[in-house]
Amino acid sequence: MKIRNYWNLRDWGAGVWEQADRPKRIVIAVSAIILVGLLPFAGASFLATPIAAYDAVLVYPVGIFVLMALGLNIVVGKSGMLDLGYVAFFAIGAYTMALMGTLTGLNTWEIMPFGIAFSMLAGVLLGLPTLRLRGDYLAIVTLGFGEIVRLVVLNSTWSKGPNGIANIPMPPDIGPLKFKLDDQKVFFWVVVVMILLTIWMIRRLSVRRPGRAWEAIRQDEDAAELMGVPTLKYKIWSFTLGAAVGGAAGVLYGSKNLFIAPEMFTLNVSILILSCVVFGGIGNIWGVIVGATILGYLPDRIRFISDARLLVFGTVLVVVMNFRPDGLLPRKKREKAIVKKGVHA
Amino acid sequence: MFSVLIDQFWSLTIAGIALGFIYVLISLGYTMVYGVLRMINFANSEIFMWGTFGTVITSRDIFHYTQTSEPAKGAKLVLVLVSSLVMSMLVAGLTAIFVEFVAYRRLRMKGTNRLATLISAIGISIALQEIMRLLTHSRPVGAPRILEKIILTEIWGANIRLDTVITIIAAALIFFVLERFIKLSRMGKAIRAVSMNEDAAKLMGVNLNRVITTTFLVGGLATGAAGFFYITVFEYTKFNIGFTMGMAAFTAAVLGGIGNIRGAFFGGLSLGLLEVYASAVLGTQWKAVTVFIVLVLVLLFKPNGLFGEAVQTTRA
Repeated sequence: MKIRNYWNLRDWGAGVWEQADRPKRIVIAVSAIILVGLLPFAGASFLATPIAAYDAVLVYPVGIFVLMALGLNIVVGKSGMLDLGYVAFFAIGAYTMALMGTLTGLNTWEIMPFGIAFSMLAGVLLGLPTLRLRGDYLAIVTLGFGEIVRLVVLNSTWSKGPNGIANIPMPPDIGPLKFKLDDQKVFFWVVVVMILLTIWMIRRLSVRRPGRAWEAIRQDEDAAELMGVPTLKYKIWSFTLGAAVGGAAGVLYGSKNLFIAPEMFTLNVSILILSCVVFGGIGNIWGVIVGATILGYLPDRIRFISDARLLVFGTVLVVVMNFRPDGLLPRKKREKAIVKKGVHA
Repeated sequence: MFSVLIDQFWSLTIAGIALGFIYVLISLGYTMVYGVLRMINFANSEIFMWGTFGTVITSRDIFHYTQTSEPAKGAKLVLVLVSSLVMSMLVAGLTAIFVEFVAYRRLRMKGTNRLATLISAIGISIALQEIMRLLTHSRPVGAPRILEKIILTEIWGANIRLDTVITIIAAALIFFVLERFIKLSRMGKAIRAVSMNEDAAKLMGVNLNRVITTTFLVGGLATGAAGFFYITVFEYTKFNIGFTMGMAAFTAAVLGGIGNIRGAFFGGLSLGLLEVYASAVLGTQWKAVTVFIVLVLVLLFKPNGLFGEAVQTTRA
């Protein structure tokens, strides 16, 4: 029993947080943020990645994965809809950045709102007709949407087809912080700021009306509808907010990578992000962050076994899911949906 | 634009039906498991891919055919074809049981959330694909031509080729046998009972584990047969072919109404035809887009697919 409690990191963390008073909480939060901010300097330690540059790995996959996983968590974790086409919003953000960055004189920060707006628009357009579907039917439709976005981009001339778009401008410098290709610390800090904003947004929404509506929808959609929750409206909201985060991640990715091509936006990305969410602990922000960090970082860390690394990745997924089905850091018990046994709706 | 479609309508239709039957068999793999577990078997595409290797191994390593050797004739032809088919079905069936055992069983016993099972299935499908990639060194594997592609006859300007005819007839036959098995046999009855109501079936003395393993096996056998037909038509395989075929077959299953065997049949056929017509009219690159748009439209008006029953009605 004691060992079990020791390993229950979620309760341990929550306990420390709940017992702390306000100044103590601020100290904990600030020092955690500073620690994360210092991560790019730890490149020489055991954290180093053998082949890829360590600070680049921290931005993509790790940082962007965390951001996207948080966005997807709004859809899958909070309101319980299975979205297998999340990469579409990422792609829309990235292509907005690429096209507007190369064709107009706008810089990354000016394009960001457009990228977010276009992804949200796509979210609404996809959500309105399809969010009436449930479960696996929704999954296949979103999956189809992700593939449609990729195929349209692949086969159109405005997107330069399979060649992709090159020479995407870097973000302009913020005061003394310069964005450079060979030193991506600043990118990492930008991602961290975006992650913090997303966390703040999710936490605020969770305790307000939309959060309660999502919770109700996830636990029992019919009951929620009967109790007067406008389910379609809040489902579209959750879908759209998730899309916004994905779009923002896409804009940043395009600007960081300087080059994008349709092959970067395959179904595998959607599946990987979904794996991050479920692996870490679906519905729990901190679990999702841990999951995305591990799954983003692991393949690069074990590059020395180059050929078998994806095999290891797959095996890790199977093993962890089998032994921790609720993820590494699951959400609190009372938040778990009531499992209706024997009723297949 | 449509002149292509009109000119070659019959040959397209025949190609579409042959492709459709391959889809029918793969979507059986999805639909069987879905019917019983209410779960997308994400690993089915890799089960299919392993199945295609069953055929390649039989013809290449057991019967020592090479790319350059003469196609087989007479009794030997039948022997090679049948043993390839059986081998493909066996490989795929065993892979399916393996998947059930490793990725599903423990989670099912615990009765945990569906997403954990989904990710576990995705994990095993990544692992299966990677094992094959390492074994084949990421290279495509060409299959020796066993069956000569003789043109049998011509109907309305369409060439009827031997391999298409065999694909259509044999696939239809396999589908029919499996469908009868589900409908008539004791085990099939148990499978249907579990898919209607798991708890009630358990109370009636149905051995749940055995039923679920059998379901995976039957789905795997169908998927493996599809692997054999895929090789006879396309004559090559690669570690990543599962994805496209699996995706299409899964779409077919949803189109027809997932969990429903009749749905898999009509879904697979209509998807095969749709893909072939769409490639002819709009070009191959828009094939998948058309398919998904049609799928969304169908689901808008029939949210349970073409043949899916309304929620909570019993299924046959």
